Amino acid sequence: MKCDVCKEAEATVHLTQIVSGDIQKVDLCEACAKAKGVSDPTGFSLADMLLGLGQGEKTTEAGTAAAELRCAACGMTQSDFKKSGRLGCAQCYETFAGGLAPLLKGMHKGEQHVGKVPPSHSDSTAVADRLKALRRDLEQAVKGENFEVAAELRDRIRKLEQEGRG
Amino acid sequence: MASTNPPSQEIPDNIVVSSRVRLARNLLGHPFPGWAKKADRLRVVEVIRPVVQSIEEMEGGFSETMDSLSAIEKQVLVERHLISREHAAKNVGSAIVINRAGTLAVMINEEDHMRMQAITTGFKLKDVYQMIDRIDSKLAVKLPFAFHPRLGFLTACPTNVGTGMRASAMLHLPALVLLDHINKIVQAVNKLGLAVRGLYGEGTEALGNLFQISNQTTLGEKEAAILDRIEKVIAEIVKHEQNARLTLLEKNPRMVYDHIGRAYGVLANAQTITSKETMNLLSMLSLGIDLKLFDDMTHGIVDRLFMDTQPAHLQRNHNNQKLAPEDRDGFRADYIRARLAEIRRPKFALPPKSDGG
Repeated sequence: MKCDVCKEAEATVHLTQIVSGDIQKVDLCEACAKAKGVSDPTGFSLADMLLGLGQGEKTTEAGTAAAELRCAACGMTQSDFKKSGRLGCAQCYETFAGGLAPLLKGMHKGEQHVGKVPPSHSDSTAVADRLKALRRDLEQAVKGENFEVAAELRDRIRKLEQEGRG
Repeated sequence: MASTNPPSQEIPDNIVVSSRVRLARNLLGHPFPGWAKKADRLRVVEVIRPVVQSIEEMEGGFSETMDSLSAIEKQVLVERHLISREHAAKNVGSAIVINRAGTLAVMINEEDHMRMQAITTGFKLKDVYQMIDRIDSKLAVKLPFAFHPRLGFLTACPTNVGTGMRASAMLHLPALVLLDHINKIVQAVNKLGLAVRGLYGEGTEALGNLFQISNQTTLGEKEAAILDRIEKVIAEIVKHEQNARLTLLEKNPRMVYDHIGRAYGVLANAQTITSKETMNLLSMLSLGIDLKLFDDMTHGIVDRLFMDTQPAHLQRNHNNQKLAPEDRDGFRADYIRARLAEIRRPKFALPPKSDGG
């Protein structure tokens, strides 16, 4: 298996990261992995590197074309998006989630939609699913003694329960 | 639902010319128009158009594909604010559906699969939101919208994600312009997270002292909260414009009257006039009406002139002929003179205020 970045050397570092529920995989040779700071797992974000954002930017010049993210649904790449400023399809929001998050944070008032919900998503099952997921997270947070996170989760659950009733 | 104390109806005069709310929506499983191939776009029109047409509110309305409209017809729709300039540039694979009254319009395959709007005269943002919200809810039952629990409605441009809502009002602010206060106002409004644009939206000039105020953010706030915010800011701007008018009349009535008198003089007598000059002078007539300087000029007359003297309207009313700009300017002047022939000139009552006696 060749390295995703330089496409020459044999890939020896294999990374998998889950970003917003999407699994991203990248295979790198030792030299490229080191150049991108993969050796320091805490400072490394796969999405950042692939999207050419943040830290990764300085070193990815040569490698972006090879390692570039491409939307599986519509074929749009990160550089297509950069060029037009428009996404290709709904799925692009998942594909480019890592790069979009700071962008959205900068341009909007919040990060969570609180407005109108279409009937396809407003039924009680959707709310129930979210509640279930949040309660699971809460359990985990309590177990891990992350009380700050737990408090936040508890507030969100309460809010969601109230909205569900209202 | 009891709406408590809507500020909408309480503001008199013609400072808020019109209110509009548009929603951006996309279908699940189809690429957005800007990235879609022609076949995809045609399919989306085939799916959406009949559904939009079938809605009760759109009955007996206007529905066309963009390739079947002439350049003049498209431009007429732009001048009426029923389609965007971007949509006017579309051809095969885009369409427009408008209700009979011209208050509801759904652009199909503009930047998003659907851009639906409700527009009406005056300061009625909540009313127009309710109008378009109803259409949206009806469409949502029949069409699968691209929606994300965290990001809301998904749109081609990340700036519209969330509610997909852009609410705007067109404001006529001649006194703030004459007093040179407009830049301060624009800066303040921008700081409050709202955008100020010209007559035809993004990237256009503020002709005729008309300014469009709209929300810039769409994610993280409920529709009602966004509307509230814009309404409050607009009410504030209206107060500033009213004060500016009083200040002008008190400090420099001759200057104000001079502008209005000259505007009347030019419009009633010109032999050739551009669309831009026409708009700016009509703005002064409108101010004159608000200041009660005319006996028989009305906002109805001025609004009609404003619409009918824009290039596409002028050409459409001239046998749908494409006219050279110089010819247009001549026809425009003829048209205005004819309309103003019976309208008496403004009467000015200069300061009775110094009681030197």
